[in-house]
Amino acid sequence: MSSTAQELIPPEAREPARPRAIKGGRVRRLSGRDKLVLSLMVGIPTLIELALVWLPTLMSVGLSFTRWNGLDLADIHSAGTENYQFIAQDYPPFWPALQHNMLWLLFLALIATPLGLLLAVLLDQNIRGSKIYQSIFFAPVMLSLALIGIIWQLFYQRDNGLLNFLLGTAGTPNAVDWFGDSSVNIWAALIAATWRHAGYVMLLYLAGLKGVDPSLKEAAAIDGANAVQTFFRVVFPAMRPINIVIVVITIIESLRAFDVVYVINRGTNGLEMLSALVIQNLVGEGQVIGVGSALAVVLLVISLVPIVFYLSRTFGKENQP
Amino acid sequence: MSIATARTAGNDTTILSRSGSRPKRHYGTHIFLVAMAVMWLVPLGWALFTALRPVASTNEHGYFSVAGDFNFDNFVQAWTQGGFATYFWNSVIITVPAVLLTLFLASLMAFAVSRVNWKFNITLLIMFTAGNLLPPQVLAAPLFEMAKHLEVPYSFSDSGNLLNTYIVVIAIHVAFQMGFCTFVLSNYMKALSPDLTEAALVDGAGIWRQYREIIMPLCRPAFAALGTLEVIFIYNDYFWPLLFIQSGNRLPITTAINNLQGQFLSNYNLLAAGAVITVIPTLVIYLLLQRQFVAGLTLGSSKG
Repeated sequence: MSSTAQELIPPEAREPARPRAIKGGRVRRLSGRDKLVLSLMVGIPTLIELALVWLPTLMSVGLSFTRWNGLDLADIHSAGTENYQFIAQDYPPFWPALQHNMLWLLFLALIATPLGLLLAVLLDQNIRGSKIYQSIFFAPVMLSLALIGIIWQLFYQRDNGLLNFLLGTAGTPNAVDWFGDSSVNIWAALIAATWRHAGYVMLLYLAGLKGVDPSLKEAAAIDGANAVQTFFRVVFPAMRPINIVIVVITIIESLRAFDVVYVINRGTNGLEMLSALVIQNLVGEGQVIGVGSALAVVLLVISLVPIVFYLSRTFGKENQP
Repeated sequence: MSIATARTAGNDTTILSRSGSRPKRHYGTHIFLVAMAVMWLVPLGWALFTALRPVASTNEHGYFSVAGDFNFDNFVQAWTQGGFATYFWNSVIITVPAVLLTLFLASLMAFAVSRVNWKFNITLLIMFTAGNLLPPQVLAAPLFEMAKHLEVPYSFSDSGNLLNTYIVVIAIHVAFQMGFCTFVLSNYMKALSPDLTEAALVDGAGIWRQYREIIMPLCRPAFAALGTLEVIFIYNDYFWPLLFIQSGNRLPITTAINNLQGQFLSNYNLLAAGAVITVIPTLVIYLLLQRQFVAGLTLGSSKG
């Protein structure tokens, strides 16, 4: 079910294990035409990346210090830190949104991710029907989060939803509108998000577990470790690269959480999230670009923590001479 | 050979103990997995069950019953009434060019940073990878305003600017997904032997021939995996069309499904049928290309 980059490469084309020959000086051998080809190869994608990803990111930072209704470019006025003061002091959904993002992260990190790991560990044993179980748990990963919102809406509705029927509350005054009731809807949305996230984590850990050298486990067994000790002291630490990826994915998914809440009620009434607040301020009647951008910058600053962590782990070694 | 046997023993701590009593030890595991699998299938199963029942029989017998007819009428009605044909076609118009362009540009970039020694390789690769990790909402405002204020002839776009066009959605998909694909492809190309291009270099092959005739053919497995993954990613994207496309009949299916909630007001059978129809393309891709899809997902994480 799983394969890694290395496995996909035909053996004869793989880089040999022997130390590589010194490769310096190759650039000097390039002809003028090659240099032109290379600069186009690098230049075009870089230009697109800069113009459509990094320039807008910087512009978000810039716009967060301005007041603008999004109509005439000449109407952009400097506002100092007004927008930030506004969202912190006078914008009621801001703090609930921050809390919900935190809750989202904690729920994914403490429940969805460990559940995915547990499923992977159980399915990594040679049990009968492992492939079928994997396909079932993995199925929601194929679905868009927007669609997941709709599917769970059918399950959660007040009058005709299956959950209220199973709880015996359907048709009674005790029936709960799981996505509509602001005291429970964040939890209902988190269950729906877990449904997808756990399958994703399971898949990555299944690949990770296959990559753990079996002799490590044997050695631990010879030393008298039981299965649980072997897992936590030997196997889990050996999967460090995958663990890092999963930590980063979990944090970033919780910051990106948007589709599910936006499909349910556009991120209002108990489902405030930073990403949804950004969009609420950009579209619709009262466009307040400055406020929306200030919220985007808050989101950006938080996101930079996992991004920098991941990049330093991934590229840190290569950067050293 | 001994490693192979040890691996088939899976998580069992001792190889010796696996004979005889082994199947017994998994009963608890199976009970847990079956319970989880049922919980996993219930929401999907409920949607399918509701979709298969005409609204008349659910009105008569209630949603929590098995009485009455089962047929595909809801699917037919949802398809025609919901305008699915248009939405699916819009998804194709956006997804196909976006995936092809993303893979092409990412392969150029990945080749340049992985096969040629150059001072800024790592810097560029970090910039590309980081760009892909940003939450899309961070760049939404400036991109929206850029599209709105960039005036184009009315013959090109009936809004007079880039809003409401497929071009802008495709472009932003390419820019956003290119980072991930470049990262994965460059790792893949780095794992290819340097002798391959060294030999070509001795033969006098230029950069373009090395890329086109040596590296590209070897990258086919990576393209298959990434291509499958990107088709699903872009097909499933909800946000960018929501931001840029205002007229409902130009939305791709994933974004349009939200409007069905209003359109099929309180007819949950139709809504369920619409949801199931939307799942079908991903399901087909998953069943046909499961191996590629899974390979694509794990490719990105194989290096840390």
